[in-house]
Amino acid sequence: MRHHLILRVITKMLVGAIMLFAFYVQFHGDFSPGGGFQAGVIMAVAFILYGLVFSLQDVQHVFPPWLVHKLIALGVLLYAGTGVVSMFLGNSFLDYGAFTPEHPSHGQHYGIFAVELGVGITVTAVMVAIYYAFAGRPPRLSDEEW
Amino acid sequence: MSVEATQTAMTLTDHLPVLQVVVPLVTAPLIVLIGSRRLTWTLAFVASVISFAIAILLLMQVIDGSVISYNIGGWAPPLGIEYRVDAANAFVLLLVTGISTVVLPYARESVRSEIPARHHTLFYAAFMLCLTGLLGVAITGDAFNVFVFLEISSLSTYVLISMGSYRDKRALTASYDYLIMGTIGATFFVIGLGMLYMATGTLNMADLAERIADQGSNRTIRAAFAFIVVGMGLKVAIYPLHLWLPNAYTYAPSAVTTFLAATATKVAIYVLLRFTLSIFQPNFLFQVNTLEFIILPFAILAMFAASFIAIFQTDFKRMLAYSSIAQIGYMLLGISLLSENGLTATVAHLFNHGITKATLFMGVGILVLRAGGSFYNRIQGMGETMPWTSAAIVIGGLSLIGVPGTAGFISKWVLIEATIEKGWWPVSVLIVLSSLLAVIYVWRVIETLYLKAPLAGTDYKEAPLSMLIPMWILALACIYFGFATDVTINAARTAAQGLLAGSAGML
Amino acid sequence: MGFELTQEYTLGHLNYWLFSVLMMTGLYIVVAKGNLVKKIVGLNIFQTSVFMLYISMGKVIGGTAPIFPLDMEIDPDVIYTNPLPHVLILTAIVVGIATTSLGLALIVRIQEEFNTIEEEDLLQIERAIAHSENAIHGEPMGGRA
Repeated sequence: MRHHLILRVITKMLVGAIMLFAFYVQFHGDFSPGGGFQAGVIMAVAFILYGLVFSLQDVQHVFPPWLVHKLIALGVLLYAGTGVVSMFLGNSFLDYGAFTPEHPSHGQHYGIFAVELGVGITVTAVMVAIYYAFAGRPPRLSDEEW
Repeated sequence: MSVEATQTAMTLTDHLPVLQVVVPLVTAPLIVLIGSRRLTWTLAFVASVISFAIAILLLMQVIDGSVISYNIGGWAPPLGIEYRVDAANAFVLLLVTGISTVVLPYARESVRSEIPARHHTLFYAAFMLCLTGLLGVAITGDAFNVFVFLEISSLSTYVLISMGSYRDKRALTASYDYLIMGTIGATFFVIGLGMLYMATGTLNMADLAERIADQGSNRTIRAAFAFIVVGMGLKVAIYPLHLWLPNAYTYAPSAVTTFLAATATKVAIYVLLRFTLSIFQPNFLFQVNTLEFIILPFAILAMFAASFIAIFQTDFKRMLAYSSIAQIGYMLLGISLLSENGLTATVAHLFNHGITKATLFMGVGILVLRAGGSFYNRIQGMGETMPWTSAAIVIGGLSLIGVPGTAGFISKWVLIEATIEKGWWPVSVLIVLSSLLAVIYVWRVIETLYLKAPLAGTDYKEAPLSMLIPMWILALACIYFGFATDVTINAARTAAQGLLAGSAGML
Repeated sequence: MGFELTQEYTLGHLNYWLFSVLMMTGLYIVVAKGNLVKKIVGLNIFQTSVFMLYISMGKVIGGTAPIFPLDMEIDPDVIYTNPLPHVLILTAIVVGIATTSLGLALIVRIQEEFNTIEEEDLLQIERAIAHSENAIHGEPMGGRA
């Protein structure tokens, strides 16, 4: 892809915008359609696009595989941890009302925020991990053979 | 803990149902996050022990027939997801956590020899997820939640089985076959749930049972029943739907086979029980017909056909896989009797066969560790060189046949009683006859181990203690539950009564 | 049963017809195609049919999107579409993705180990392995069922 100047320039411009959009979808998720799943996939798309246009090495330099694996686990832990915290605050598992007992709907807002963040992190990392796993395999056909 | 307990409304005891699932669920990502090969096993084992303790506490609370209900997120059922523990699923929880707690110490050595070290963290993470899924399936009171947990356990199972590929590459195709069949099964199950939702507008099990009882049988509900039975049938490995099982069990790592053989199919049978008896009305003609004219013949067919195939195997591990299919036949037979005794036999056999098969597969794992394979001519004469392992295998084998004084005898006895009580004496004869087939295939193993000369030039040491002790715990359990019959039978009977009472049992 | 092919039966149940067609297409591909990747494609079509079943069943005729107005004042005359099946299917879609990627990953490993992803060839290779095992480990009456 070294010769595709237009692709490379456009990609560099787009990656930032895609990430920004991912954050919008993530954090605006409780007012409009969106949330962790969608935002996570969009965020992953930014990395995957970068990897497709430049190279796997380049994207793994930015987002190393070991970090991807840790983030998968971290997101799940964030989700489950939210539930455990609400449990230790005296309500049921994942009962977000526990965070602000005087005003449960605020607590639900915080809870959803934390949970969706966890979902977003995990989905991003999982999508990137899938891409790494498949792209990292030595190809049977080299580019010239196509 | 006391701080929380004093200042809050809910104490830790109230949270036990959800902790049962959350403890292994949190452990899995924790293992990956910490990523330390030395800590991995310890974390998994501690989580498993905690789960086991929770399961014991839960069973003690519900053994008198009471029911615990826990609302996830504080949303009350039927709208919210509810975890519901009664005698039937507390029994299953105890089996699953108990087996995992025994298997993990055993797995340490076995996994070290069968799986490269760089994959150990991921292996134990997948193991924890599998445990989470199985526990979740058993504990949840929400029908769709069953599907979600089922898929958690299935997906991690596919991964665990494929890890056998470091020993034999056929583990990959076995895992792929299971993935295809398992996914078709799970999707059928979801279609069934969708139809139930269409017909009733609810997904809570207790609520479903009530509404189905109110509106009676109709075409949608009958279709849902068919889809759910076929879908779960694939997971249970009901005879004609069993094709994924032999390869998956044969090529999976020994510790995985031990765990799966003792728990995965048993949990699937529990789901089948829960749906056929508690949610659908067991007195609907369509269901009675299905059980009597489809499940019963296939159960009997499984008892014979799978046993026959088991006799002609040359690989100990594959022989046990086929024998598992045959034993599933006994459990299904108990269900199709639709009587309290039949169900008691099913639930008791679920437990007894779980510990029996775990003992035997552990034995296979040890033989594989020492001899590098479980073909009969590889392991012949090992009764001399490895007396403790071989003795435990013999105990497991006797329990598999159903010799008096072992756990396997008790459940078969109750099953035969139940068939006679129903007046189906030809079926009782068939049970005895099929047990004779078990005598043949177990005898072949004993003959190989004790009566044949050891291979020339082999000098196998006895297995390491970390593997022998878990195996002997289970072997002794096979004997203990063969004499302390009232423990299992009473628990199984409470469970059966709860299940058979239909919707009443759920409320 | 004597039912007529009325408009209500055909067009009124259009979503069920499409569901059945898709479901059978998917299942057929899984069973009939020998290529492992094609099987996964079939499995995906099969699962998609279920997504369609759920999503179409949540639709209430005349119903609008189930989103509260910002002022939280709910007009009792407004009919909302049932969002629950959609949420359920969101989970099922995620499960589907996980299954697909796991399946594909397995296929990659199978390709690496067996050098083929055609079912026939795989069976042949496995049969050859089993055959040689039987030759070594005695009693050829064993074999695979």
